[in-house]
Amino acid sequence: MQAFVAGIEVHLKPGALDPQGQAVGAGLRSLGYVGVTDVRVGKHLRVRLEAEDEAAARAAVQRMCQELLANPVMETASFDVRPAPGP
Amino acid sequence: MRAAVIVFPGSNCDLDAAWAWEQATGGVALRIWHQSADLGGAEAVLLPGGFAHGDYLRCGALCRFSPAMRAVVAAAERGLPVLGICNGFQILCEAGLLPGALGRNHHLAFRCETVHVRVEDTGTAWTAACRQGEVLALPIAHGEGAYWSPPEELSALEARGGVVFRYCDADGHLAAGANPNGSVAHIAGIRNAAGNVVGLMPHPERAVEALLGGTAGVRILRSALMSARAGAMAHA
Repeated sequence: MQAFVAGIEVHLKPGALDPQGQAVGAGLRSLGYVGVTDVRVGKHLRVRLEAEDEAAARAAVQRMCQELLANPVMETASFDVRPAPGP
Repeated sequence: MRAAVIVFPGSNCDLDAAWAWEQATGGVALRIWHQSADLGGAEAVLLPGGFAHGDYLRCGALCRFSPAMRAVVAAAERGLPVLGICNGFQILCEAGLLPGALGRNHHLAFRCETVHVRVEDTGTAWTAACRQGEVLALPIAHGEGAYWSPPEELSALEARGGVVFRYCDADGHLAAGANPNGSVAHIAGIRNAAGNVVGLMPHPERAVEALLGGTAGVRILRSALMSARAGAMAHA
């Protein structure tokens, strides 16, 4: 088994209103960043896991996203998987 | 009639729900800790409001792993009346017993006030004692109650008559200002296809005493009693 670290980003789907993102965007424009046209607020999760190889780790993380980490009704998930740094 | 009120870590309307059930129906409410898979012979289930599992990850997302919730899913499939109130509605959506999802209120404010909802469907276990088109005054208290469903799934929900309650003004009109959270199509509550599972954001258990602002919730809770009797007669 090898150790991996997955970085997972969860965001609301493009069609779902993101009121947090809108509020943050309004805040940035209030600071004078008038060029800000859109902000989306999401979540970042870091999962450490052990797997046979990177392909198996990816497959497991993909299932984690589908089964729990994102709500498929209104969220999308993307992720990367890397070998975990040594101890 | 015996109801199970499922108590998760972070539930905070379970005592109210149990008390309201007993007041409204004359029955008994058992508070069932989420680690128990035994619903105590209950003939109805209430999933109360609160912040189950701290709303961690997403509201209601972690509840489906509780043994009690697995029992509730099995009971729902057998046709037992199941009512999810506020956080309980979120739990039902996350458990896949109801379609769609509840997102953050569009204005970002936590809304704690009395709203009006229109009864769209009396063919459920939880609206049998209501009148079609009736306007009920019910309290809400939530920050993440904006019902959302992708357009094609929303069309399917509407086509099968799955919307049970819509936010409206006191006269029953779907005025823009009467939608307290930005829910799509003013949706305040929905049902499953069979009509035994209903979820809604307003709190019927907080509307069972005239002294405390209204009794509209009594009819929602008593509906389960009525539909159980009707079911018993149909089977007799």
